[in-house]
Amino acid sequence: MSGLLRDLVFDYTLRNVALGSALLGIVSGVLGCFAVLRRQGLLGDALSHAALPGICVAFLLAGSRETWVLMLGAGISGWLGTLALLAIVRHTRIHEDSALAVVLSVFFGLGILLLTYVAKRNDANQAGLDRYLFGQAATLVTENVVTMAVLGLAALACVALLFKEFKLLAFDPEFAATLGLNAPRLNLLLNVLTLVAIVIGLQAVGVILMVSLLVGPAVAARQWTNRLSVMLFIAALVGALAGVAGALLSVSQARLPTGPMVILSLTVLVALSLLFAPARGIVWDRLRRWSA
Amino acid sequence: MLTRSPVRSSSDALAAREAPPVVARDLTVAYRDKPVLWDVDVTIPTRKLVAIIGPNGAGKTTFIRAAMGLVPIVAGTVQIFGGSYASNRGRVAYVPQRGSVDWDFPTDALDVVLMGTYGKLGWVRRPGRPEVERARRCLDQVGMSDFAKRQIRQLSGGQQQRVFLARALAQDADLYFMDEPFAGVDATTERAIVDLLKALRAEGKTVICVHHDLSSAPEYFDWLMLLNGRLIADGPFGETFTHENLQRTYGGRLTAAVVGG
Repeated sequence: MSGLLRDLVFDYTLRNVALGSALLGIVSGVLGCFAVLRRQGLLGDALSHAALPGICVAFLLAGSRETWVLMLGAGISGWLGTLALLAIVRHTRIHEDSALAVVLSVFFGLGILLLTYVAKRNDANQAGLDRYLFGQAATLVTENVVTMAVLGLAALACVALLFKEFKLLAFDPEFAATLGLNAPRLNLLLNVLTLVAIVIGLQAVGVILMVSLLVGPAVAARQWTNRLSVMLFIAALVGALAGVAGALLSVSQARLPTGPMVILSLTVLVALSLLFAPARGIVWDRLRRWSA
Repeated sequence: MLTRSPVRSSSDALAAREAPPVVARDLTVAYRDKPVLWDVDVTIPTRKLVAIIGPNGAGKTTFIRAAMGLVPIVAGTVQIFGGSYASNRGRVAYVPQRGSVDWDFPTDALDVVLMGTYGKLGWVRRPGRPEVERARRCLDQVGMSDFAKRQIRQLSGGQQQRVFLARALAQDADLYFMDEPFAGVDATTERAIVDLLKALRAEGKTVICVHHDLSSAPEYFDWLMLLNGRLIADGPFGETFTHENLQRTYGGRLTAAVVGG
């Protein structure tokens, strides 16, 4: 354990891994709060799955695995996924939950197809594109972390600036609209920021499990506070803890995929919060009922 | 974009000269391809407590939503104080149906009331001390000062309704749209709302309520708008609240006992 801690400070790889996963945990924790409060956790799932074909297409077109190229591809295709979703809901009689399922599976299927095609090309350069499925935090290098930091901090700055507007949008979008705080445009911005949070996490956590890092910290944080601002901070903390713990577990154990390790760490934190948080914990609730 | 309200018009002389709070001309609204309101022509004068009454699906809520630009208008126009809603939104406050929000949201009563000040604050600016003091006064006005820091789910239905009313008060408006403010509230809250409506009228404001309870309506309101897809009748309450009009509004579903009570 002390060896691991020493490596965390002095080992170049490990430091990048820890920094990167803490960063993406913070960003997705904060944005996830709004996704959960607006009941749009599933949208995050559809967005992250929809990013996979974009990653493959970006690689095929640019012929490189540079982070920003793949992130751009992921972002564009996640965005197309959202547009497809909106188009289905607007122009057909299919409900949003079914539309989400359609978008998620079609884009993900397309992504797997492209991934298989890329793998069959026997291009030495393609090695490891499939790590975007379950994530591999060990592959984070300084360049990745810097890109993640720039995008992530920009997203957090937006949230800090528009905190009051986002709060009102999440609580009462119709009232926000009557005040002239343009609800559709705010909604769009919040979705873009969520997409940013997802895109910067894909390399480390993977498209399949990324949504849990969006939803889990928010669910845990809601247990501990009745204030939105405090909830954002706790979610950031939980996200960072789960991200770092998952990344370190996966790195120290012969390169296990990171996504599942992050989820396991997160599950522990969420379970503890659901059970033992002072006001809303199930345990105290049962005790109160039992003693009453 | 946000627009600040022009110079406030509290004096009666000014109010008399100015355009009425709501004027609808041939207003038609549809959800998808299903029309909900047809050709509604109505003028609501200032300083009135207005009840919009009609059966379920009559377009009562749709009317106030259309007036605030929340649903697209198919044909016709609505003018608010003689202009567009967008140019006069600073003078309008809104109390949505209580069931329209998630009361488990991580916030307290005072914070919800503060949201009423967001419109005049504009983008990015945070509420400061004047806004907080204003929000506290509004909570006090609806008898909720003791619950300022209470998480909103831990309030009773009537208390939640009063928090929404306080939020509308914090908007500092001349025209109030309220969607069923009396629905499912306790006697204390009902009294508080009635007092508030009268106080608002005394200050020269106009309040437009979607209302369901025919038996309490004559006591609370002085202007009536009967809707059933089309406008059945509108005008001073006593003249409009007739058996014949109610029959036309509700079809055969009305029990005669309600009228004249």
